[in-house]
Amino acid sequence: MLYDFPVISLKQDKIVDVIKHLRDHAETKFQFLTTLCGIHYAEVNQIAVMYQLHNMVSNQRVRLKIYLPVENPVVQSLTSVFPGANWMERETYDFYGVKFEGHPNLKRILNVDEMIIFPLRKEYPLEDQVRVDKNDSMFGR
Amino acid sequence: MDVNQTATDHIYKPEEKQYSYLNLGPTHPATHGIFQNVLKMDGEIIEEATSTIGYIHRAFEKLAERRPFYQIPPITDRMNYCSAPINNIGWHMTVEKLLGIEVPKRVQYLRVIVMELARIADHVICNAVIGVDTGALTGFVYMFQQRESVYEIYEEICGARLTSNLGRIGGFERDFTPKTWEKINKFLKEFPTVLKEFENLLNRNRIFMDRTIGCGPITGEKALSYSFTGPNLRAAGVDYDVRVAMPYSSYQDFDFQIPVGQNGDTYDRFMVRQEEMWQSLSIIKQAMAKLPEGPFHANVPEFYLPPKEEVYDKMEALIYHFKIVMGETDVPKGEVYHCVEGGNGELGFYLISDGGRTPFRLHFRRPCFIYYQAFPEMVKGSMLSDAILTMSSMNVIAGELDA
Repeated sequence: MLYDFPVISLKQDKIVDVIKHLRDHAETKFQFLTTLCGIHYAEVNQIAVMYQLHNMVSNQRVRLKIYLPVENPVVQSLTSVFPGANWMERETYDFYGVKFEGHPNLKRILNVDEMIIFPLRKEYPLEDQVRVDKNDSMFGR
Repeated sequence: MDVNQTATDHIYKPEEKQYSYLNLGPTHPATHGIFQNVLKMDGEIIEEATSTIGYIHRAFEKLAERRPFYQIPPITDRMNYCSAPINNIGWHMTVEKLLGIEVPKRVQYLRVIVMELARIADHVICNAVIGVDTGALTGFVYMFQQRESVYEIYEEICGARLTSNLGRIGGFERDFTPKTWEKINKFLKEFPTVLKEFENLLNRNRIFMDRTIGCGPITGEKALSYSFTGPNLRAAGVDYDVRVAMPYSSYQDFDFQIPVGQNGDTYDRFMVRQEEMWQSLSIIKQAMAKLPEGPFHANVPEFYLPPKEEVYDKMEALIYHFKIVMGETDVPKGEVYHCVEGGNGELGFYLISDGGRTPFRLHFRRPCFIYYQAFPEMVKGSMLSDAILTMSSMNVIAGELDA
């Protein structure tokens, strides 16, 4: 795998404390949350949440990842540390169904409230599954 | 009627205050896009605002998981459609970062020219619309003529105007023609006069200043905690610009300044954008003066479509054409994040490739989506008409907001 800056995988139970520590510690000072998103790794049955932090003074970036089981993806909300995480977490909930504990208003944001699936998960294909002409195996992959 | 009742009994006490609810949007002409805000109003003062977004959600992140890399630029066009070329080029640079492609210096300079033109077009719309919302329609008409000239330049480069799909992975589909340079020169000659005139209309205009100073302010600290970027963050006094912090596409070769505001209010946002247009003009002039000779695309036959004439009579070209169109070329496995300074701030592309023909995951960091969540806080306690101004000065683009 090719990475452009440090990527650190963590256990999910301490993630908010870790980010808070990175924000406040004098040597790291990652005071800016650039983005936050979910990733579905279907083959290992896990949903990852990616947090990307930025130290604007030293211009360093770091990416933190946590892995949650698909059946019950629950993690603490980051809104107490960065208020800007609010909509990003709602978006992650909307598309992946990750439940952020302690979020002030965790409901769908871009999709309709009546939607019953989490559409960015890999089990919901974009096109007809019967179609084989766009299958990677056709090209020796 | 009760005989003991006095006239003052008809005045509501604070605890029995009645609020009215106002639906601003989803399709209100003053919101310049499809946004809904339910405002809880105490007379004309906003007590609380609740934003609903997603009216034009088009599932770009899902779509991108089914498209080969060369088919993704049209998706990025439709995010911030006021400065589509920045989005396109940002995506091309993300792919180049994943593939490790070094693009020629000339391409980098040409890209800088296009991106700065796009920034001007973006800020022209935003600032002209701030003028309209304060009641000054004249400046808007003047400025929109100039946006038209920028679109004509795009048209000359790539054939399209609004949704440009400009450039290719590794460079441009063709070099700039003499006609393009002619149009750019014409724009560089005409635009400063119009911009100056626009500034004379508004910058020190008493009515405009009274309307915008102190309207929808945000402090630098708050803006950072809400992950603001771009002109809105700089208006609040934080001098963060991706072009300087992480120079891409040879921005380090140019000499320009980052305008910074102080109060983070509508007036500062307006002024920051105004000054950025002058800086963009200067960057374009510098890039044109220093433009190196050389090819207009990198030598990457696996990703850059060969010229059509060659496809018809050369075997290699035909093979590469077929491989690219079918998405059969090899890409490395990896995770990259690349950001560019879009019209509204840090526009990021987080690309995970698993070596397949399409991205495994593509996440767009859309500056609008992130800073629009501060809107209810910024308009709390202000007048309804200030909410309109705050929204237009934040430059919230529905396409980018909803992806």
